[in-house]
Amino acid sequence: MHYLFAPGLLSSGPVRVALLVGTVVAITSGVTGVFTVIRGQSFAGHSLADVATTGGAGAFLVGVNQFWGFLAAGVAGAALMEAIGVQRRRGRDVATGVVLGGALGAAALFLYLGTQRTSVTGASFTILFGSMFVISPDTVPALIASGVVALLTVAVLARVLLLSSLSPELAAARGVRVRLAGAAYLIALAVSVSLSAVVIGAVLSTALLIGPAATALRVARGPARAMAASAAIGVAVTWLGVVLAYDSYYWPPHGHGWPVSFFVVVLVVLGYLLSYLPRPGGRPRAARRREAAHEAGHEAGHEAGHEAGREAGREAERDAACSPA
Amino acid sequence: MTGDLLRLEGIGVRLGGRQILGDVSFSVRPGEFTGLIGPNGAGKTTLLKVILGLQAPSSGRVLVQDSARPRRGSLIGYVPQKLVIDPDMPLRARDVVSLGLDGNRLGFSFPSRQRRELVRETLRAVGAERYADARVGELSGGEQQRVLIAHALISRPRLLLLDEPLANLDLRSGHEIVALLGKLASEQEIAVLISAHDMNPLLSVMDRIVYLAAGRAATGSTAEVVTSEVLSGLYGHHVDVIRLHNRILVVAAEGEPVPAADDKAVVLDHGAA
Ligand SMILES: Nc1ncnc2c1ncn2[C@@H]1O[C@H](COP(=O)(O)OP(=O)(O)O)[C@@H](O)[C@H]1O
Ligand SMILES: [Mg+2]
Repeated sequence: MHYLFAPGLLSSGPVRVALLVGTVVAITSGVTGVFTVIRGQSFAGHSLADVATTGGAGAFLVGVNQFWGFLAAGVAGAALMEAIGVQRRRGRDVATGVVLGGALGAAALFLYLGTQRTSVTGASFTILFGSMFVISPDTVPALIASGVVALLTVAVLARVLLLSSLSPELAAARGVRVRLAGAAYLIALAVSVSLSAVVIGAVLSTALLIGPAATALRVARGPARAMAASAAIGVAVTWLGVVLAYDSYYWPPHGHGWPVSFFVVVLVVLGYLLSYLPRPGGRPRAARRREAAHEAGHEAGHEAGHEAGREAGREAERDAACSPA
Repeated sequence: MTGDLLRLEGIGVRLGGRQILGDVSFSVRPGEFTGLIGPNGAGKTTLLKVILGLQAPSSGRVLVQDSARPRRGSLIGYVPQKLVIDPDMPLRARDVVSLGLDGNRLGFSFPSRQRRELVRETLRAVGAERYADARVGELSGGEQQRVLIAHALISRPRLLLLDEPLANLDLRSGHEIVALLGKLASEQEIAVLISAHDMNPLLSVMDRIVYLAAGRAATGSTAEVVTSEVLSGLYGHHVDVIRLHNRILVVAAEGEPVPAADDKAVVLDHGAA
């Protein structure tokens, strides 16, 4: 017989560090992720996490704290993606893919060398899948500071990023330096992803970046509330994940706790699926869209024919607006 | 002081080694409604970008309120051509309008009663308050156009530039948008410069027409500019101008460029006749 909130939970040092860092990371990822989703940069976000893996593995190899490896590789990856052309619509996936491929190759090598040279078998696992319970307390200030820097960057850029994602051209006409703002955001994204790589692992950090944000954007009205909701969802799944992982020491097989990352990711996915449940008093979006189309009446019919042209026009517009800036 | 809100002096633009615009000059006064008319590829979008400062001209200059380096962000509102908004874009119509107020500035704005009021007022002015809470990507073309006009209006610009706002609209929505813009120009003294390949929907509201063709511009009242002589000179080949009921058709020999009259409008006219 035991309680889910075991009496020892909050007096455990590693748990307290996990909760503190987890909260900072969840808020940073949650807020940053809203813009990642709005800007359609999920692939870039995930790739930055994989790129961070390379840094984490390299850092482990030379005996430096993994966070610095994550951070250095993530920021370098962001800069490289920006240079290759991540901001152009067509160039985006190519730039991301090229950087991703190169980085993963190096990661494979580093992880292999790492397992050859040391007997710490859990190291690769920690780099790839993270563990909140093994964060060394002396990196905590750096983790928090990085989170604050990323959050501040996003907060300062918030309106500009929203306007740019509505239309880069419109933003440029209002004097926004669209490309500069996009580059600054990409760096903040790299920092945020490196942080969640520490907490739930490089491979899984996309879950904390995209999941809460995508869920929040489905349920919240307006960007400000979406950011708040996304951060709140992130914090909730992280805390619940920690509690469940702590509790799992009592689960079979006895004496081996389940990984925290597993719980966090499962909860993130559950939250997202829940957002598809019909809400009391709310209409599902597909129905709203049908109604909007119906109200538009004859207009909708006419526009259907323009669908293909619209898509082409949108790409042209983005390309045009990004290139001269 | 000339009293001109906007003045273009001998604007020329070269793009990709090609002279897109040769020597375009015209001016716009406060509250004036100007139609920028020309066939596809005439350089309408390019000219609007020059006015916005997004495209540097290769010759000539643009003066806004007699200044060659104006603070365009607050003086000029802009509604781009073919703005395609993803249906999943999570911004509501009211968010888009709110971004018109300070979306170009750094920093975070907290919601306030004052801002909400202003957004509501602006949405009402363009007749869009009914769908203030709808996601903007889910609105119809005409509704999006209104929201974007509200976005451009909320910062109280002196000049509103719209690039082919009627291109993707059916006749009725087009008429409504034109009426709305005409009202804004006359009641709020906002100068409107609107590009279109078909001048017909604008005939009732235009104070002045700037007709672009072959890199050159002719400007004046519709009666002065839209004549066989002027337009033939502009195009460099013979064109006929036919006035039919309240419509104007510009017709050239097969294969010569002229603005395509709106297909739908023509079809609808057949039905009405
Ligand atoms: N960046 C560019 N480089 C080269 N040519 C361009 C560029 N942008 C536009 N053009 C050309 O300039 C001409 C005018 O284009 P545009 O201003 O879009 O015309 P409109 O808006 O009147 O249809 C077109 O022939 C187009 O192909
Ligand atoms: Mg155009």
